[in-house]
Parts: sequence; C-alpha cells; structure tokens
Amino acid sequence: MLKRSASKYTSKSIGKLLYENRILLLMLLPAVLYTIVFSYLPMGGIVLAFKNFRYADGIFGSPWVGLTNFKFLVISGKLWPVTRNTILYNLAFIIVGMFFQILFAIVLSEVRGKKFKKIAQSSMFFPHFISWVVVAAIVYNIFNYEKGVLNNILVSLGSARVNIYNNPDPWPALLIFLKTWKGLGYGSVVYLAVITGIDQEMYEAADIDGANIWQKIFRITIPSLVPTIMIMLLLSLGQIFRGDFGLFYQLVKSNQKLLPSTDIIDTFVFRALMSTADIGMASATGLYQSVVCFITILIFNAIIKKIQPDYALY
Amino acid sequence: MRFINFVGDFTMSKLSKRNFSTDVIAFNIVGYVLLFLVSVICIFPFYLVIVGSFTDEATIISKGFNLYIPKFSLEGYKLCLKNPETILAAYRNTIFVTIIGTFLSVIMATMTGYVLQRKDFPWRNGFSFFFFFTTLFNGGLVPYYILCVRYLGFKNNMVALVLPSIFSVWNMIIAKSFIRDIPDAITESAKIDGANDFLIYIRLIMPLSIPLIATLGLFSALGFWNDWYSCMLFIDDESKFTLQYYLQRMLGSVDALRKLADKAGVPVPQLPMESMKMAMTVISIGPIILVYPFVQRYFVKGLTIGAVKG
Repeated sequence: MLKRSASKYTSKSIGKLLYENRILLLMLLPAVLYTIVFSYLPMGGIVLAFKNFRYADGIFGSPWVGLTNFKFLVISGKLWPVTRNTILYNLAFIIVGMFFQILFAIVLSEVRGKKFKKIAQSSMFFPHFISWVVVAAIVYNIFNYEKGVLNNILVSLGSARVNIYNNPDPWPALLIFLKTWKGLGYGSVVYLAVITGIDQEMYEAADIDGANIWQKIFRITIPSLVPTIMIMLLLSLGQIFRGDFGLFYQLVKSNQKLLPSTDIIDTFVFRALMSTADIGMASATGLYQSVVCFITILIFNAIIKKIQPDYALY
Repeated sequence: MRFINFVGDFTMSKLSKRNFSTDVIAFNIVGYVLLFLVSVICIFPFYLVIVGSFTDEATIISKGFNLYIPKFSLEGYKLCLKNPETILAAYRNTIFVTIIGTFLSVIMATMTGYVLQRKDFPWRNGFSFFFFFTTLFNGGLVPYYILCVRYLGFKNNMVALVLPSIFSVWNMIIAKSFIRDIPDAITESAKIDGANDFLIYIRLIMPLSIPLIATLGLFSALGFWNDWYSCMLFIDDESKFTLQYYLQRMLGSVDALRKLADKAGVPVPQLPMESMKMAMTVISIGPIILVYPFVQRYFVKGLTIGAVKG
C-alpha cells in the first residue's frame, strides 16, 4: 500500500505532497531548526575571517578587511607549528591507539577464563567514562612538583624531583599515553566484534591441520581484521586536522612553557578567541581548519569508496 | 553480553578438542599478564585520587600524595559539603542538565531517525544530506561562539548548557539504522487503522526500540554529565556552574578555592585545598562509578550496533 513508486510522486502536486507528509515534516522540524541555527548559520559566519569584527557592530556591521586576518596569521608564524603539532599528535594517536586496541581485542578473544576477561574488559572501558577534567586531576595527583605521587616516590628512592609543568619534552609521550589509555576499551570493542564474527570453521580447520595459536592469530585473525583496520585508519585520517580540544586544553591549560610542544589548531583558535584583540586571527584560523578538514575528509572518503564502497560516508 | 557468552562457548568447544598444548598455555600466560597490567593501569589512578581525598591535609603538604592513607581525614569532603550555594548548586545543575538534555537528545535522535528511514517520505535523501553535510563542514568555533553570545543570548543562560548538545547526527544515524530493521508492516497496518505518523512513532516504534533508547540515553547522559565545554564558553555566574566546570576551576585557580573558603567561613591558610581537590574529583565521578557496573554492557552493545552500520 505504502510502497508507492517514485514516479507517482511527480504526478502529484507539491501542495498535496506537503499536506500528506505534514506530520512527518513537523516531526523533522526540531532537528532542522537545530541544524540551521547551530550548523548552517555559523557557516555563514565564516565571512568573519574577512572582517574586522567589532562586537557592537555585529557580524554584518563590521567592516570588510579582505585578507588582512590571514596576512597577520601567516606573519605571526604560528600557523605551521600548530598545524604540525595537530597532524603529528593525531598520527601518533591513531597508530599507537590502534596497535593497542587490536592487541587487546586479540588477547581478549583468545584468553580463557570468562570472569577474568569480563573484569579486565570493564576496567579497560572505565577511563572512557570520565571527562578530561578528571584526567587532569589525576595527572595533578601523580605529577605535581611538590605533592605528586611520582615525585614522592622518586624522593624516597633518593632521586631528584621532576617538574613536567615547566618542561615541554615529556608532554608528547604523556599526551599519547593518556589518549591511548582513555580510548583503549572503547576502541577494542569494534575489533572484538569483528573477531567474534569470523567464521569458526576456519579455526576448526586450522586445528585439524595442527596449527598453533600464533599461526591462527597471524594467519586467520589478523588477515580477517585487515578490512576493518583499513576503514578505521582511513576514517581517522580524514579527521587528522581536527584536534582533541579537551585533552590538550585540560591537561596543558594555557601554560606558556609547554605550548611549543602542545599547542594544536583547536587550542590556538580558542585562546585567540578569548583574547578579544585576536578574533580576526581566530576566525581566519578557524576557516583554514574547516576548509582543510573538508578537503581531507573528501579525499579519504574517495579512497574508502574505491576499496570498500559499503563503508564510504556518503 | 551475547558475544561474551559466544566467546565462552567457543573457548569451551576448543577446550574439549585440544587439551592445553604449550602454545595455548604460553599465550594464556602472556595474555593474563597483559590484561592484568592494563586493568591495573586503568583503575589505579582512581585509587590514587580516592586515597588523596581521604588524606589529612597536613600530611599532603609535608609528604605529598601517597599510595596509601597515612592519616585518615574527612576534612576535604566536609568542606565541599559545607558549601550549599556552590557545590550543591553545581550538583543540582548537572543533574538537571543531564536529565533534560538526555530526554531531549533521545527524542530528537529517534524522531528524526524514524522520519528519515520511512521509505514513503519523498524528501528523505535531501534531508539526510542536509544533516549529514554538517559532519563534513562546519563554520568553526568563532562564528558559533559569536552567534550564541551576541545573537542568542547564551551568556549566563542555563539554556546554553542543554540546547547546543541535544542533536547529534551520529546518534540520529544509529537510530535510523536501528528503526529501519523494525518491519514496515507495523507502520503500514497502523496507517490502515487510521493512526497518524506521530502516534505510530510514539506508541509503536518507541516501545520496540528500548535497546536503542537505552544506548542513546546512556551516551547522551554521559556526555551531559561530563560536559565542561559549554559551561566554560558561556557561563560566568558561579550559581550556574556544572560539576565538571567547577572541578576545572578548583584545579586551575587558587582564586576559586579562596571564594569557597570565604563562603564556608574558613580562613584561607587552613583550607584543606589538596584533599578538597581530590574530594571534589571523587564527588564528580561518584555517580558514574555507582552506575558503571550496571550500564557498561549497554555501551558495549550500543557500540557494536553503531559500528556495524555507521
């Protein structure tokens, strides 16, 4: 009854169609309004990148300044360092994160002892449930110069205290560790689901042929994960210009000493926005990030579409 | 759950076929050690925070945070609870925002998802693209912030803590693919009986989507509970702070602690700042720890629903 063909729609007048679908359209209305207000209107606001924004004049009243904001941004010399940091951190997050997620998915799928496995999985999942603010409190507890647990232990062992809050060097390792730590349980679920979906007959056949557990992992489990790994890799590479603002902001705050090794595009835009003098530069950087992001997503999605059309975003 | 049982059955069948050969034993030893280590690494930091929160302030000042509680004290918690205007207000605000926000998020995701999976809705592709495009391109933080503050009046407005986060395209896609698997015959027969589309959604689709609602509700509730970002962007008024933002302020500035001391009538030098920071951390994650054992499996389930059909 309801499965009418598309050609029937065209024969109806638009008014009749609208009337017939009035309730469905009304049900869409809240989400449509939301999307217009919070997504499409700000897209119009990217004109700010070409304006000298004055709060009193608003977005449309502020004067046009052409490419001045971009010129300042380039002259400031900050664009490249924050771009480089964003890309390098995201690459490290993707590679290290995936390695451990896959490793623990395989371990979880092969190890015996149901209860132990369940407890381990619950523990691994827990850090996903807390905010970066709480992670910052934990890092404070461990690494604080005067009171941190780590320095406490170092002193009792007779070594000198370490102050990570005025040394940018240990931060990349710490941030990569925290990101991996928080995403481990969540990320491994996807791979675990794929592993449990692998055809069990392959393992049984391998058993009959006398394969050992390592051969089964390297010849059956990992090859079966490859398509998923490729998709996850490409999807996250598409987002490589989008930084994890919460991680960097909460852990580093705006500690000037640490910024050279920890400032990413997102934190840079936020700081520029908060100091009103730099709104022009903030919006220019924001537009730069949006455009670069858009292009990378399109490129990586085109690649996915080529190798596995089912997983393409559109 | 199902896949855990499944893995269990699978290992059982393997057990009966192959008795412990050396490679399996070796793998299990390594596996057990790895899983044990990673579980400790994931849980131990929380233990440290809890220990810190119950440690006497003078001990923290002289000896720092510890692996155990040298001298037990409830001062940190006492002072946190002495501040009905601020910390209890933050608790109330967070609970309020979480309940309203979660309710609206679930409605928005399922209602929109339902319409977009209806095969007889003529504009479903157009609207799907309209929503989906926003995940590919966005205007960035600056125009969003200026729009919210200058044109929508979000500064110091509690609405700013709920409204910007009530719709997520990803949640809507999860809802859409879940509802698509409910047989069309249900909608069709209800239509013949004269029910309108909204009634079909509320009376028929929603009761059949309980697992979906549980998953989306938990995802949203967690997001609202842990939110500090909206509060940081839009709220200056202390009485409207959320828990996470309050904690952020306490960790970040002596100033926030000083204000707290004033209100509690405690002289600043005697303020148990360090144990209070840890107590506040425990207070802000307390409810998550309490409900975690019961809800964790829904997250695992939800992730697999969403992951397969993203």
